[in-house]
This record gives sequence, C-alpha cells and structure tokens, in this order.
Amino acid sequence: MNTIAETTIEADPKVPVIRMTRDFNGTPGQLFRAHTDPVLFEQWIGPSTMRTRVVEWDARSGGSWRFVSTRNGEEYGFRGCFHEVRPDRIVQTFTFEGHPDGVKLETLWFEDLGHGRSRLRTQSLVDSFESRDSWLASGMEAGVTEGYAKLEGMLADDNA
Amino acid sequence: MTADALSRVFAALADPTRRDMVARLSAGDATVNQLAEPYRMTLQAVYKHLRVLEDAGVVSRPPGPQPRPVRLEAQVFDLLDKWIERYRREAEERYRRLDQVLARMNDEMPNDDGEQKGSAA
Repeated sequence: MNTIAETTIEADPKVPVIRMTRDFNGTPGQLFRAHTDPVLFEQWIGPSTMRTRVVEWDARSGGSWRFVSTRNGEEYGFRGCFHEVRPDRIVQTFTFEGHPDGVKLETLWFEDLGHGRSRLRTQSLVDSFESRDSWLASGMEAGVTEGYAKLEGMLADDNA
Repeated sequence: MTADALSRVFAALADPTRRDMVARLSAGDATVNQLAEPYRMTLQAVYKHLRVLEDAGVVSRPPGPQPRPVRLEAQVFDLLDKWIERYRREAEERYRRLDQVLARMNDEMPNDDGEQKGSAA
C-alpha cells in the first residue's frame, strides 16, 4: 500500500460529502487516543492562530463534546455529539455555535497499515446547501473554510 | 479575487436555479432559450437570473451574432480549485500538528502498540 504523506481530498459528485485521507507515524490506537483524549486533542485541532480549550468531553458512544477557540479575545464555540466511538472509528456531529442550525456528520476511520503506521480516513456530510452562507458569514477562519467546503460539495453535486 | 467579488459569487450561487444554470453551463455554452427550456418561468425571469450571474462574473455573453451564447467564466472553475485546495491545506496543517502529538506519544511510550496498552496510559 502506498503511503499518503500529504492529505488528499475528494468532493463526492453525488452527495455533499468531503472525504480526506492522511497517513500517520503512529498506531491506530494512538491515532484514536489523539482524537479522544481532550488534552491531546486540543494540542492539534487548531487552527494555529487560535487557542483551543476543551470545555466538555465525553468520548463515548452517546456522549457529547464542546470546545472553544479563542483569538484576539474573541471566542468561538463548537459542539457536537459522539454518536459512535470505537477503536477503529468515530461517528460524530459538528456544529459551529454561531450557526446552530448547521450540522456536519463526520465519520473517522483509523486503519492499521502495520509497522506502527496508520491511515486516517474522514468523511464529512453537510446538512444543507443553504447553511453554507451562514458559515461564511461567521467570518471565522474555520467557519469560512467549512463554508468553502460546503460550497465545493454543493457545486460538485450540481455538476453531477 | 477580492472579498467583495467573492461574496457576489456566493450570493449569485445561493439560488438553486442559478446553481443549476451554472452546472449545465459547465458542460458547455448554451443560448438563453436553451438555458430557459427546463424551467417553469418566463424568459424575463431567466434573464434576471442571468443578469445576477453576469454581474457576479460567473457567466458572460461574449458579443457576436445572435443568439449570443452564455458562457461560464473560467475563473469560476479556478475558484473552486482554490477553495478545495485551501480546505485541504488547512487540514494538512492540522494533521502536521497531529504528527507532532503522535511523535511525543511515541517518545513517551516507545512500546505502545495500540489500543491495548494505549488505554492504560
């Protein structure tokens, strides 16, 4: 199996879905912990221009999460539910609190590549095309990026 | 493209009919009559949608013999590539931070072989 050193991305032409794949030096177990241990999680979720603080964290099937990102005294909250948490996958929802009606359904897979390496595959399904403008209007880095992804998915969908 | 121009593009594409027009034009140029054909709306309403797309720089109607075809502007395709590339790049930056977290985990527990021992940490 070839190593995917840099993140690859794919917009599904049929549904508003974004898929990404990335390989890591680390076992699936370590990758899983980096996604479920709040102390580890807030070290990488970023963006780098913001400080992220986990406020609520119950990384179990049926649990919920909330983290707050801060930049220049401005706070941006994000929350969601851990729908399913297993060593090989996490299914969760993701909402920017500035636009509570917008929700993303994310599935993350942790695959063993052997030799201490693993592959992360993610799939993000957005709820509606209409909500992307609000993501954009939030004016926040992550929100804007989410919005771009939604628009990309939307246009890919329309072009199908 | 300026932020203002960008928001005009977004506003233009917020409408499902205009998105459909853009999707159909991505397959090739079309006349206004061809574009209007599948829609239950007056030709006047179709022209109104086209005007919004033209003002946003999404489509153009190059001068020439009638009927002038409607053409999708190449910059719109470029824009899409930029958007997805920007999204990808941000994910890559995030995953590079995750690389560092994993490297530190490996330093602390060089023998960690996954969830069995990992869960005991």
